[in-house]
Amino acid sequence: MNKNLSLDKTLFEKKKLKKLITYSLLIIGLFVQTQSLFAQQRFPKPEFESGHTQPPVITPEARSLFLEYLDVFILIAALSLITWLILRKRSRLGVFWMSVFSLIYFGFYREGCICSIGAIQNVTLALFDPGYKIPLTVIAFFVIPLIFTLFFGRTFCAGVCPLGAIQDLIAFRPKELNSWLSKMLGLIPYIYLGLAILYAATATDFIICRYDPFVGFFRLDATFLIFSIGGIFLISGIFIARPYCRFFCPYGVLLSWMSRLSKWHLSITPAECIQCRLCEDSCPYGAIEKPVSVNVRKNREKAMRRLVVTALLIPVLIAIGVWAGYGFHENLAFANYQVKLAEHLYLADSAMTPDIKIEIDAFKTAGKSKQEQYMEAARIVNEFKTGSMILGGFLGLMLGITLLGLTRFYHRTDYVPNKGNCLSCGRCMDYCPVEKEANEYK
Amino acid sequence: MSKSDKEKTGNRREFIRDGFRYSLAFGVAGVGAILAFKSTSGDTVWQLDPAKCVHCGRCASNCVLTLSAVKCIHVYDMCGYCDLCGGYFRPGTKKLTTGAENQLCPTAAIERKFIEEPFFEYHINQDLCIGCAKCVKGCSAFGNGSLQLQVSHDICVNCNECAIARDCPSDAFSRVPSDKPYLLKGFE
Repeated sequence: MNKNLSLDKTLFEKKKLKKLITYSLLIIGLFVQTQSLFAQQRFPKPEFESGHTQPPVITPEARSLFLEYLDVFILIAALSLITWLILRKRSRLGVFWMSVFSLIYFGFYREGCICSIGAIQNVTLALFDPGYKIPLTVIAFFVIPLIFTLFFGRTFCAGVCPLGAIQDLIAFRPKELNSWLSKMLGLIPYIYLGLAILYAATATDFIICRYDPFVGFFRLDATFLIFSIGGIFLISGIFIARPYCRFFCPYGVLLSWMSRLSKWHLSITPAECIQCRLCEDSCPYGAIEKPVSVNVRKNREKAMRRLVVTALLIPVLIAIGVWAGYGFHENLAFANYQVKLAEHLYLADSAMTPDIKIEIDAFKTAGKSKQEQYMEAARIVNEFKTGSMILGGFLGLMLGITLLGLTRFYHRTDYVPNKGNCLSCGRCMDYCPVEKEANEYK
Repeated sequence: MSKSDKEKTGNRREFIRDGFRYSLAFGVAGVGAILAFKSTSGDTVWQLDPAKCVHCGRCASNCVLTLSAVKCIHVYDMCGYCDLCGGYFRPGTKKLTTGAENQLCPTAAIERKFIEEPFFEYHINQDLCIGCAKCVKGCSAFGNGSLQLQVSHDICVNCNECAIARDCPSDAFSRVPSDKPYLLKGFE
């Protein structure tokens, strides 16, 4: 018994020694590895006899902070000016020149980057990732247009947003779209917004910036794909006015929500509508609501039943959305770099392409274990599971609300802009024959 | 419906709308304030950490600008002023001359200048450099690692999300405060 115990003890000592050796070897190995990772002073710096002095290291300056704050100041000034032009001055020409200014300043000079549309993603990432530091200017660019819209309508869209401005200036031959078609296309922004938030929240990608169709034109430099997308938008934009704003823009979704509640929205007529129908076809964006005669409401019971059925349909649509989101979450997660890397590692032996090889080599030098990477990927896929289900539910809800909007009757006697869709460009104002002064004399 | 009734519903609607409007305004401003609280006072810019860089060459091709904003910067403090420079000459070069066939740089952006026996100074022409990292790889493999890739801030448009950062295999890119925009090693 005693002998056995001492044997155990020596065994234990031996094991300890072995452990110590392996650890010290590991540490030495690690040290050697870091040495080769980043080269050290192999050759000493020479001392020159000829009195040569070394040139300074070139480190060009970044854009100064003052200029960044100036951008915010210009944004506020431009928003105030255009709001005044639309609501007080009622000047379409003024809005036009504001569009030109924004296109030049925010578009071609600032090269489309800093932009309120993209700021959605920074804000989302900042809310979800405590480590991410969001610049103050980006917060300002996200919040200020929303607040303005909440009180004055989408004056930001009218001529401050450079993406809107470039499309507004080329809408030469606008054609009216079917209302059902524009309603259905109007669902795309919800999908885009939802995906953008999902990808930003999981720190995967900033898809709004990546597929920004006009930034290539602003920078006069882009990949063929982006140039093609931008070209399609611009050419179709001649006939379908502002296709990006109406059927893609994710920030437009938020602005539309705000604008619905706006206090002093643009009105077509400065005084009282006389139903002259002159403005009827003036809106290139199909945002003018025609008067709804009382006759349409005759079939009240049928309409009521349709409303109830659609309202009951909403939970079903949400459930379908959640289920679809659950089904797609893995596909969505594959856009994430960490998930992709885990998959590459998993498949490393069977399918090795040169592109993957760089990734795997870099992974190996970083000194992270495969297991850790798999755990990380699993965590992200899990995040995507929750996120995709919320996204699916949100899309189902939005579809339901759109359908509900189609079944509801609004009684209207005048021509009014649809507050949600109206981009406040002010074209309709020029068509209205009513004059404010004439009314005031009464 | 009498006129006063109509006015009443109008008032009620207006009241509800006002309520919604102000709560939304406070909501948006609140989100802004919360974010502002945790944001940086200054601005941030993109920069890459040369210690993490694996010289894959994607900096040259993946920047949104056609001529990448990433350039090689020479940290003279670290340079050994070698005659046989791993960043300047192709491996296996027989004659150490400035002949085009000997140069590693695809755009001949590195200028080699004789200082005194046996030292040579290497200067990078920023206009020619494409950020391909070939010289950086050579210098860190055989030399002191004085040639380092950095985002050149006079060119970088500081994208919301850096396209190179997204595709960098070694996760070397990060946002750094704009008052300290360079992450050069061995140089203060």
